[in-house]
Amino acid sequence: MADSILRLEALEKSYGALLVTDRVSLDVRPGEIHAVIGPNGAGKTTLIGQISGSLQPDAGRILFEGRGVTHLPMHARARAGLARSFQITTILPDFTARQNVALALQAHQGHSFRFFRDVAKDEALNEAAGRVLADLSLASRADIPAGVLSHGEKRSLELAIALATAPKLLLLDEPMAGTGREETDRLVEVLSSLKGRYAMLLVEHDMSAVFALADRISVLVYGAIIATGTPEEIRNDARVREAYLGEEAA
Amino acid sequence: MENATASLFRARLVPGLILAAFGLLPVLAGLIDDTFIVFFAIRVMIFAIAAVSLALILGFGAMVSFGHAAYIGLGAYTVGILAENGVWEFYVSLPATLVVCGLFALVTGAISLKTRGVYFIMITLAFGQMAYYTATSLSAYGGDDGLTMWGRTEIFGSSMLSDRMTFYYVVFAVLVAVWWLCRTMVNSRFGRVLQGARQSEMRLQAIGIDPYAYRLAAYVIAGMIAGVAGALLANAAEFVSPAYMSWHRSGELIFMVVLGGLGSFSGAILGASGYLVLEEVLSHVTENWRLIFGPFLILVVLYGRGGLLGLITGGKRDG
Repeated sequence: MADSILRLEALEKSYGALLVTDRVSLDVRPGEIHAVIGPNGAGKTTLIGQISGSLQPDAGRILFEGRGVTHLPMHARARAGLARSFQITTILPDFTARQNVALALQAHQGHSFRFFRDVAKDEALNEAAGRVLADLSLASRADIPAGVLSHGEKRSLELAIALATAPKLLLLDEPMAGTGREETDRLVEVLSSLKGRYAMLLVEHDMSAVFALADRISVLVYGAIIATGTPEEIRNDARVREAYLGEEAA
Repeated sequence: MENATASLFRARLVPGLILAAFGLLPVLAGLIDDTFIVFFAIRVMIFAIAAVSLALILGFGAMVSFGHAAYIGLGAYTVGILAENGVWEFYVSLPATLVVCGLFALVTGAISLKTRGVYFIMITLAFGQMAYYTATSLSAYGGDDGLTMWGRTEIFGSSMLSDRMTFYYVVFAVLVAVWWLCRTMVNSRFGRVLQGARQSEMRLQAIGIDPYAYRLAAYVIAGMIAGVAGALLANAAEFVSPAYMSWHRSGELIFMVVLGGLGSFSGAILGASGYLVLEEVLSHVTENWRLIFGPFLILVVLYGRGGLLGLITGGKRDG
């Protein structure tokens, strides 16, 4: 119990009569990649929202490093080390890739009520940002506006920004969304190189990516977790097969 | 590529030209012995100061304040009311202006910034109108009719501001200082947060920054700067009127910023200059000058992307 970095206890959330999170309990251990899969509309993004703090659960608890964070606002959770990447790319389009990452680094160097020093000439900050970008093969694209990067590059930048906040847990909401085969392979490579250094909760549609990366997988159907286990266990789980086959039949 | 370099050069040129134009204008006006131009340029610079402060929150923070003229009025009334009570010293009236405007901005901003978009526009308008009606009801200080000042702010007992040239260059120096201050701030860590919040509030939350306090700080700073513009305006006119803070004025300030080009302080200065010059010229040509002025402004907003500055520089911005 104490050795999990993130722990959800019986989370519940409804939109009107629709129960989108149905008593969800799961945990992420240090260094582990825990994937959450499920058919469309299973409530994956709603779940991520509650963990990151953009949504409030109706009931249940969220523990991060043993501390209750259920009612902390999003920015406070981010400061505590919970970094979220978005399904719909949420970069700052007018800033360069470097400025995007530098702002995330800056956010973790204390307050930003610093009015006079030109941040573009802050060598330490910009070099640190450059290193994060280099880790994600974005070094050559560092100084162009993020808005004109290719889709795959934007997905990498999204990850770079999350890494720049020195997180203890990466909350990845479909990091491969909309990327081509080649980009997906590259992102899988990047994530597996990060494996062990960060705990990750990975929500992803791409099954081959999930099975390549995850240590454990939880399957979410109609807001409830129907199975949790190793990739091997999940692959052979009758209820999981039914849920996925059922969706395809419909 | 050459084109890009050329337009960047022109972008750098604009701030220099603005400085040179306002710096040398009294000399040129002296040559042709025209005092009106100097008076008019003082007015232009005062509104440029207010426009620069609005550009800070509107252009860089996407806070469309429709009550910014309230700070001009508050600054003017602070100076006027102090003078009415026999206090003429700048070392009292300047800090008083900053405190009054800063507090008003802190309280109204703290509330307004809980809202976004059109609600923010409406709530800042409402606070602006509150200030306006309060001023019109100050019967001890002229009410609707305004308040005449029998002189100008003094500097350690000296009435040097009554000298037209000295006053001109004091206003010029304030404009340059405010311009420098705002440029420095948007290029700082603070400015990064402000501009980041304009692009995606969600992203800032996700990296651990709550933009609210930064927005509020920018709002307060902008209010204080506009207050200084108001204090200068009261001195320029030697008169304080509730009209300074009417919502028309707030609208004009927004127009100046948009006309000059959003996201640039030299644009705001160009916008204030362009707006007031055009208003002045057109109102001499015809009584119905607004019939020309209105459509012209609409055309600039629709087709002059990047405003006056964009027309000059072909889109590149610097400062």
